[in-house]
Amino acid sequence: MINKSNPSDEQARCRGCECEGARRDFMLKAGIGIMGVGAIAAGLPILGFVIGPAASAEGLVWIDLGPTDQFPQGQTRFGEFVDPHAAPTDGLTTRTGCWIRCIALGSFQVFSVNCAHLGCPVRWFEQSKLFLCPCHGGAYYEDGSRASGPPPRGLFEFPWRVDNGRLHIQVGILPGLEDVKP
Amino acid sequence: MIISLIRSVAAWCEDRTGLGALIGPILTHKVPKSATWWYVFGSATLMFFMLQVVTGICLATVYAPSASEGWNNLHYIDSSVPYGWLLRAIHGWSSNAMIVMMVLHMGQVFIHATYKFPRELTWIVGVVLCLLTFGLAFTGQVMRWDQDAYWGLGIGASIAERIPLIGSQVRALVLGGPIISGETLNRFFALHVFVLPGLMIGLVGWHLMLVLRHGISEMPRAGEPVVRSTYRADFEKRVHATGVPFWPDAAKRDLVFCGLALIALVVIAMWNGPIGPGGIPDPTIIDTNPRPDLPFLWIFGAVSLIPPSIEVFAFLIAPALLIVGLFAIPFFGNQGERAPSKRPIMILGVVLASTAVGVLTFQGATSPWSPVMDGWSALPTPTEYLAGRTPLERSGATVLQFAQCRNCHSLGGEGGLRGPPLDDVGGRLSYDQLIRQVQQGGGNMPAYGKNLSSAQTDAVVRFLSTLHPSNRPSAKTGG
Ligand code: FES
Repeated sequence: MINKSNPSDEQARCRGCECEGARRDFMLKAGIGIMGVGAIAAGLPILGFVIGPAASAEGLVWIDLGPTDQFPQGQTRFGEFVDPHAAPTDGLTTRTGCWIRCIALGSFQVFSVNCAHLGCPVRWFEQSKLFLCPCHGGAYYEDGSRASGPPPRGLFEFPWRVDNGRLHIQVGILPGLEDVKP
Repeated sequence: MIISLIRSVAAWCEDRTGLGALIGPILTHKVPKSATWWYVFGSATLMFFMLQVVTGICLATVYAPSASEGWNNLHYIDSSVPYGWLLRAIHGWSSNAMIVMMVLHMGQVFIHATYKFPRELTWIVGVVLCLLTFGLAFTGQVMRWDQDAYWGLGIGASIAERIPLIGSQVRALVLGGPIISGETLNRFFALHVFVLPGLMIGLVGWHLMLVLRHGISEMPRAGEPVVRSTYRADFEKRVHATGVPFWPDAAKRDLVFCGLALIALVVIAMWNGPIGPGGIPDPTIIDTNPRPDLPFLWIFGAVSLIPPSIEVFAFLIAPALLIVGLFAIPFFGNQGERAPSKRPIMILGVVLASTAVGVLTFQGATSPWSPVMDGWSALPTPTEYLAGRTPLERSGATVLQFAQCRNCHSLGGEGGLRGPPLDDVGGRLSYDQLIRQVQQGGGNMPAYGKNLSSAQTDAVVRFLSTLHPSNRPSAKTGG
């Protein structure tokens, strides 16, 4: 296109081009840089918000299950508590069940109702002394050890202690293979 | 006069918008003459998706995505909102219908090898759409916020947790916290109404653009293999010579099929009513029998039947392999024959896969591995099994009921299916073998040694020994 114009014109235009080109280049780079900073400023809080629950280590909390004398020796009873992380909008969902076995005076085992296989609620059968799971047919003995079916281990147990004649357990997380070690 | 007015208004609209010029060629583009009834399933999938969007928006105007309100809210929608129950029914059943149509569509594409050159990307986008559809179905099940939703989430969380190293983090990310709570429902709500449908709409657009770009494939014919260097030119020439306009020649079949499917869907929805909600989502109600929705019954079946030793493989690696495999399909045999008769192994694969999914779905629906939780208390011992028995044997029958044996074993066709029926067990096992089985367990049976007294064990085994076919004596020790 430019080979028809005279040389001086060409030179002048080229100088202009270079200058304008450089300016455009700079603007583009600056624009990308500024947008990048802006994107980080807006993106970090968004990311933090989304992955927040995974990053925050919400602690386990001791809760009170009531006086120990309501759990007869040699028996396994159903217990209920509200999860310590409950918020008002959670409705009934934070109500949680557990199986409380009193082995002897002052000696307990507190099992999560969540099957060690995939978390379905196990039910205790007093007569056959078994916990049975309705989902895939897992079965556990009275002491929580695996009896048969797909569960890879025995029932999850909550740490317990007796304080002033009351049974306390440590809760706050849906028990799973990772959190509750055998 | 009026006609000419309408005409000039139409002409004005066309002139200013150019919509006719934009859409006209798309509607009338030529498609192969052989693209007939096999090709209607994609349209039907799209129709049900659009129905999902419309009914979903309607439901979102009333639904309260809140763990404290959601469940009650569904009852309110069903009973008090005009047409609320019907819209819920249509939304629920249309979800199933969409999955059925999608699977048929994928099946057709696979059987006819439409995914070969140059339509690889159409298939890949389709696989993503398939995954999104299952994602929508699962998140939709959570919206019911009933016991199935709660325990289903628990199962999902337990599977997420098996991911090595970051399992607990992934689980917290899915649940929105350390437990299943209000945040969980809201997370799934955001996925169900914003994220997944948004992705879906964008990708459906892309999928359709690709269909237009590469043209609708012809019915495969043996002896006409796809050759990369010549396929495009040949295809274009053939379609140009013998093709028919999409509208109305091909579209009329879509209209007939989609119309029938839509009518059937409304009838099914009215007949069956809304899906759920099941029991109130109070996790202390453990008298529950969590079951997934229809599209996931086959996974439920698979999860129940696999041996525990391969669990990590089955939960994490197998699904990943399956998805990667689906993505990779168009790159294996990218050229060559499309006709089913020339691809027997692929067709065998479809037959095997659909049989497996069918069998697993059936197993999931009947779940023979689940104990019948009230079998021991709800089912009577058949009276003919008690006639002529000694008092000790009869007391054994009582032990059999009392010790929950029938939760897993059936008598007279009633009871659990987890263990073998006991009607003829006396003919199969001797007294000693029975004693050993009861005390030590084995197979899938827990050991009752510590749970029954020796007198109880003796009684129940004596009773069991009387259960044998009348023409066969009870088994002898060592026999
Ligand atoms: S969840 Fe209990 S056996 Fe699978």
